[in-house]
Amino acid sequence: MKIATHSPGVLETHLRKTRGVGRKILVPYITGGLTGWIDAIRGAVANGADAIEIGIPFSDPVMDGPIIQMASEKALRDGATPISILQELRTVDVAVPLIVMCYYNTVFRAGHDRFANTLRDSGVVAAIVPDLPLEESAQWASAAEKSQIETVMLAAPTAPDERLPRVVDRARGFVYAVGLLGVTGERTELAVTAVAMATRLKKITDVPVLVGVGVSNAEQAVQACTVADGVIQGASVVRRLLEDGADAVAEYVAEVRAAIDSPIASKR
Amino acid sequence: MNSKPVPTELLTPGADGRFGEFGGRFVPETLVPACEELERAFNDAWNDSLFRTELDDLLREYAGRPSILTECHNLGAQLGIRLILKREDLNHTGSHKINSVLGQALLAKRMGKKRIIAETGAGQHGVASATAAALLGLECKVYMGAVDVERQSLNVFRMKLLGATVEAANSGSRTLKDAVNEAMRDWVASVETSYYCIGSVMGPHPYPFMVRQFQSVIGKEARKQFQEMCDGADPNVVVACVGGGSNAMGIFSGFVDAKTRLVGVEPAGGAAVGRGTPGVVHGMKSYLMQDEYGQVQEAHSISAGLDYPGVGPEHSYLASVGRAEYPSVNDQEVIEGFKLLARTEGIIPALECAHAVAWIAKEAPKIQGQTVLMNLSGRGDKDVAQMMTILGDQLD
Repeated sequence: MKIATHSPGVLETHLRKTRGVGRKILVPYITGGLTGWIDAIRGAVANGADAIEIGIPFSDPVMDGPIIQMASEKALRDGATPISILQELRTVDVAVPLIVMCYYNTVFRAGHDRFANTLRDSGVVAAIVPDLPLEESAQWASAAEKSQIETVMLAAPTAPDERLPRVVDRARGFVYAVGLLGVTGERTELAVTAVAMATRLKKITDVPVLVGVGVSNAEQAVQACTVADGVIQGASVVRRLLEDGADAVAEYVAEVRAAIDSPIASKR
Repeated sequence: MNSKPVPTELLTPGADGRFGEFGGRFVPETLVPACEELERAFNDAWNDSLFRTELDDLLREYAGRPSILTECHNLGAQLGIRLILKREDLNHTGSHKINSVLGQALLAKRMGKKRIIAETGAGQHGVASATAAALLGLECKVYMGAVDVERQSLNVFRMKLLGATVEAANSGSRTLKDAVNEAMRDWVASVETSYYCIGSVMGPHPYPFMVRQFQSVIGKEARKQFQEMCDGADPNVVVACVGGGSNAMGIFSGFVDAKTRLVGVEPAGGAAVGRGTPGVVHGMKSYLMQDEYGQVQEAHSISAGLDYPGVGPEHSYLASVGRAEYPSVNDQEVIEGFKLLARTEGIIPALECAHAVAWIAKEAPKIQGQTVLMNLSGRGDKDVAQMMTILGDQLD
């Protein structure tokens, strides 16, 4: 395993500390601009989220399945913009790090430096840009670094062994292990690739490794956490927000928290 | 003359996949190894004389190449120009799409893939993909915007007849842009077994370059044929319609080093080069119709094949260096162009190509006496039902 040489930012420090006390990391994803999204963030944090990932809706979300697509379309129809979401985010006073997920055109259109500054000024500490792979990421990464924004890199099951270390080297905050071949969305079972991916990554880095995409319920979160440092839950959270509102998100986060905290989970 | 002195030849993008500042490979991490594998496989195949011979044989014996040139004596006389058509509409499946699809399907087989995915707007690329899949024994799934499924029902039936599965894309604007999104989502999930057969000079590197190479047969043939027809001269103007831009890149590729004016005609409701700004979608940096926050805007065009808010990156490059120009025409002008070619020459063009006809008719007073080579990239049979609805009893 390679010890990271960069100095950890706010997110990574927080996640390393969390891991250090033997706690599995839980990061719910919430689409910004959806009705009740701010309450959902507060509810999630109150019930055990260790960080929150906020999705900035985009017109053409190619990494997202039906639930998050629907949420994005709805938020856009309701008039959400990157600016309106980030401004509203300033009003949220929660004790955990905030991460933004956005497609690259949102960044490119705003301008790298301007976007990074806006994130920082909105209290965001990290960014995930799912359509900006390693080879295209240099410009953004340097702008982000200047603004103390940590850029989370995705690592996918298709990556050959020689590629993973290069991806991990660029990762700040945590490494996002893509759990399966496919887009975001709930699945009946955790794909075998999820644990396999976490295992490959844990072997080569001490940066926290979180599994996301296709981690669909408490049971699957427990399974992923047998190897990974934590999980990101997207579609399962957003579906509850869409169908039943912010309280349902809070309840669900509490359920997943309890499951990954249970002695059985931590022993496995 | 409007033509600029042009020393440049076409660019071969390096590892970064750029044409100037445009192009690149903006895809989810999952797809990066697949794009790299494809880049290697294509370069290897393109330099393999066996592959090239196999492709040339298919183009000749299956697609019916070379396509001919037809001089439009009637319309030319009416407009005061010399107008010559490159007849890609006469290819098997009725458009230029077959050129790239045969190449890509052969490549897919060579790479050991058993299934191809395609997106389609008007249905021409979908039909070509379904055709090549049937010929080469590949499974084929075509994504098509729900709006286009409706207005191009004939092509939907053709694809099914050829054994392909057609899936309507119900997200977003439910047109070509959304069909591309759905195809990319499929590809993210099926990348180990499936080949994504992109229909235009767009998408992540190496697609824009690769599809241009496959379509360059149009320009190569046309240059030679035109010179034979016109005492060794090159045309003053080469015109083609531009959605993603593959037929235009195909014919432009033969004339980039000539003193020929290159004109790509966009629909007014989807003028990515004409009215767009640089943006990133569908794996590439290129001109894009988008709002101030980078949300991609919906295109609105009478022709499903041009109903796309982006454009291939090489067109953005050619526009940015001033080598090609990208005017637009509106739907009404297109309808007139459609009727014009049918009535004067007995050739019903695809609505996409009617954009080029419309521009030529409009520009004619300024280019009197000049030679104009237009790429007639597809035939209009697929559009007849739609035009019947639009024109109805106005046709007498």
